[in-house]
Amino acid sequence: MIPEFGHFALIIGFCLAIVLMTVPAWGAWRRNTRAMSLAPGLAVGLLVFVAISFACLCAAFLQDDFSVKVVAANSNSLLPPIYKFSAVWGNHEGSLLLWALILSLWTAAVAVFSSQLPLLVLSRVLSVMGGIGVGFLSFLLLTSNPFARLLPGTPADGNDLNPLLQDPGLIIHPPLLYMGYVGFSVAFAFAIAALLGGRLDASWARWSRPWTNVAWAFLTLGIMLGSWWAYYELGWGGWWFWDPVENASFMPWLAGTALIHSLAATEKRGLFKSWTVLLAIFAFSLSLLGTFLVRSGVLTSVHAFATDPARGLFILVFLALVVGGSLTLYALRAPAVTSRVSFEWLSRESLILCNNVVFLVATLTVLFGTLFPLIVDALGAGKYSVGPPYFNAVFVPLMALLVPFMGVGPVSRWKKDSARRWQSELAIPAIVAVLCGFTLPLLNASYNLWVALAVTLSSWLVLGLCRDLWYRVKGASTLWRGLRRITPSYWGMFIAHLGFAACVTGVVATSQYNIEHDLKMSPGDTEVLAGYEFRFVELAPVRGPNFIADEARFEVRRNGRIVARLAPQKRRYTATGQVMTEAAIGAGLFRDLYVAMGEPIGQDGAWAMRLHYKPMVRWMWLGAILMAVGAFTTVLDKRYRRQRSTAAAGAANEALHGA
Amino acid sequence: MHPVRKQRLYLVLFVVLFSSAAAGLVMYALRGNINLFFPPAEVAQGKAPVGKPIRVGGMVMDDSVQRSDDTLEVRFMLTDYQANVTVVYEGILPDLFGEGQGAVASGVLDENGVLLATEVLAKHDENYMPPEVAAALEQSGYDHKGNAK
Repeated sequence: MIPEFGHFALIIGFCLAIVLMTVPAWGAWRRNTRAMSLAPGLAVGLLVFVAISFACLCAAFLQDDFSVKVVAANSNSLLPPIYKFSAVWGNHEGSLLLWALILSLWTAAVAVFSSQLPLLVLSRVLSVMGGIGVGFLSFLLLTSNPFARLLPGTPADGNDLNPLLQDPGLIIHPPLLYMGYVGFSVAFAFAIAALLGGRLDASWARWSRPWTNVAWAFLTLGIMLGSWWAYYELGWGGWWFWDPVENASFMPWLAGTALIHSLAATEKRGLFKSWTVLLAIFAFSLSLLGTFLVRSGVLTSVHAFATDPARGLFILVFLALVVGGSLTLYALRAPAVTSRVSFEWLSRESLILCNNVVFLVATLTVLFGTLFPLIVDALGAGKYSVGPPYFNAVFVPLMALLVPFMGVGPVSRWKKDSARRWQSELAIPAIVAVLCGFTLPLLNASYNLWVALAVTLSSWLVLGLCRDLWYRVKGASTLWRGLRRITPSYWGMFIAHLGFAACVTGVVATSQYNIEHDLKMSPGDTEVLAGYEFRFVELAPVRGPNFIADEARFEVRRNGRIVARLAPQKRRYTATGQVMTEAAIGAGLFRDLYVAMGEPIGQDGAWAMRLHYKPMVRWMWLGAILMAVGAFTTVLDKRYRRQRSTAAAGAANEALHGA
Repeated sequence: MHPVRKQRLYLVLFVVLFSSAAAGLVMYALRGNINLFFPPAEVAQGKAPVGKPIRVGGMVMDDSVQRSDDTLEVRFMLTDYQANVTVVYEGILPDLFGEGQGAVASGVLDENGVLLATEVLAKHDENYMPPEVAAALEQSGYDHKGNAK
């Protein structure tokens, strides 16, 4: 009964989405206030029904209702309850329902938190969101109904959740990632609404900026969790594989990074308006493309799940409609919104432009590398794959190029700045950064030029930021008062840029100093790695709730003192018989020790073991967390809550003159 | 020239230069880092180049996996039911690697037609088959479980 109820709620949600897409849009067109004012209520109603539907699917999973097809395929009565819950989105149908839920969440959030928005704009924005909702809900209902039953032929027990997904990281990774992915739909909806209204100004940028920042923050966290999960769960110690599915989440992030910066210029200076709109369209299109790549299975990927071609086609058509439609609208409307604001060559605007060019080129190169195999295959020229070396060769120089400009960014002034001022402000940070680059890597045993470069670049960033902060605080009577005076927007930028510096340092240090040994070890054997003595103490059988495992117990000593006890496992899940490696990690701020089991070798109890020493790998994820925290902080800025009167006046003006 | 136009000219020049540098970088990076997929049948016919990075995919033949007793070396045969390719790999194999399962190995062919693999591709899902392998099996008339049609 519950699944049918959920299905029914989903259909009602679909109908509400259709009404939301059409009626307020019609209202906005005809200036019908009653039709327009329906939008917020419809948005909340959409959320309620999609949430009911989602709750029904959760109930089916938690109650082990194996007559529901996705439950039978992805859950098991022995599965711990928390994983039964996360199994809801550990499959195609459920993850799409989660997508729809998050979309309606964003839609309702826009409806609730935008009391400052003029009704005309709000109804347009919500209509566009409703349209996206129609697309995804029809996709769910037509091709991937999560509530399909197996009647008759209900299995006695379920197939179990893929063991790789039975992990705490995977409980929150997809929701966060989707919050980011789908969050760009808000930026997209604002952009489309602005194009429809023909009014693109600072207030438009001010409305869409907090939403975009929040979406970007969620996406950052989602990608970070995915990378962390891959690191400890896949059992080979890598944290980024340039896998098509990773790229699918990374491309919207890159485009989104360009977007949040160009939005800043649009808000502060009224510049790059049509460019910003284009970026918003681009970022959301890349989110949709990502969905298509993941859900259609067209690419060879370690992430890909068994798929159905009809689904791929559906998303492709939807993608074509969204991209084609919005670009057509852009082509028709954008020429009307060009800005007449000028800026000098040396100014913050130029630096933001640098940021945009670098991130856009990075997005395009990743896009090219990801789609290259598809294009070549479609042309019949063979089945190629593009490996990580391509992405590294292209991406790393681009980022290295970015950082020098990024260091100047916070210090620079809008509109017009001078080289002399930059020189006097940044000469000392530059010298200190180079000194840091030369000296800090000496703390490690081996000196490495790449690490020296990375340290130079990140200290350049950090010192530039600190210098700027000092100038802002200096004038105040006390340090505390000076710090209090700084706006959340500035703090957000400060924290996010610090995070980027940490990320750069972590990525380069761990790639360069990483030591990896794959070897045969018997109980009692010892192996030394970067001064750490790994001793394989014993092998023991272990029993878990739904698996049995061999556990290898390790002691790691440094200078005779035990620094970590590690117990990696090789698990066999009883329901599927699937074997899985559970790595053991001794985490630390400056180094991770990583042990994973391969397979038994020979007859004497020896195993293939994978030992890693990974310095500063945590910095990468901590940096990503800082970036997300920074983006969240910007939303606290007061100016996003105090614009009601001016906004309303603007809209009244528009209504008067007709769009 | 009008200052605004001049600025625009510089801007366009900058974008053009930067993009062509990026495009050059892409081409350079792409040249050394793409590799072509071959089904075992084509390797047996000698269509695959020797000494260049390639990928070979198929089903891991039953009873073909041999592990060394004292190193991490593994030998196995990949088949598309028309021809077999011997693969030598030193290292730890992914969890879902097994006889009668699909796998993709990337590496270099030696003169004897043995693939010296540097990587054996894992999959995340039991029902998932790398599309190239599925297509290769399709060509020789087998479904993705290795059953004749």
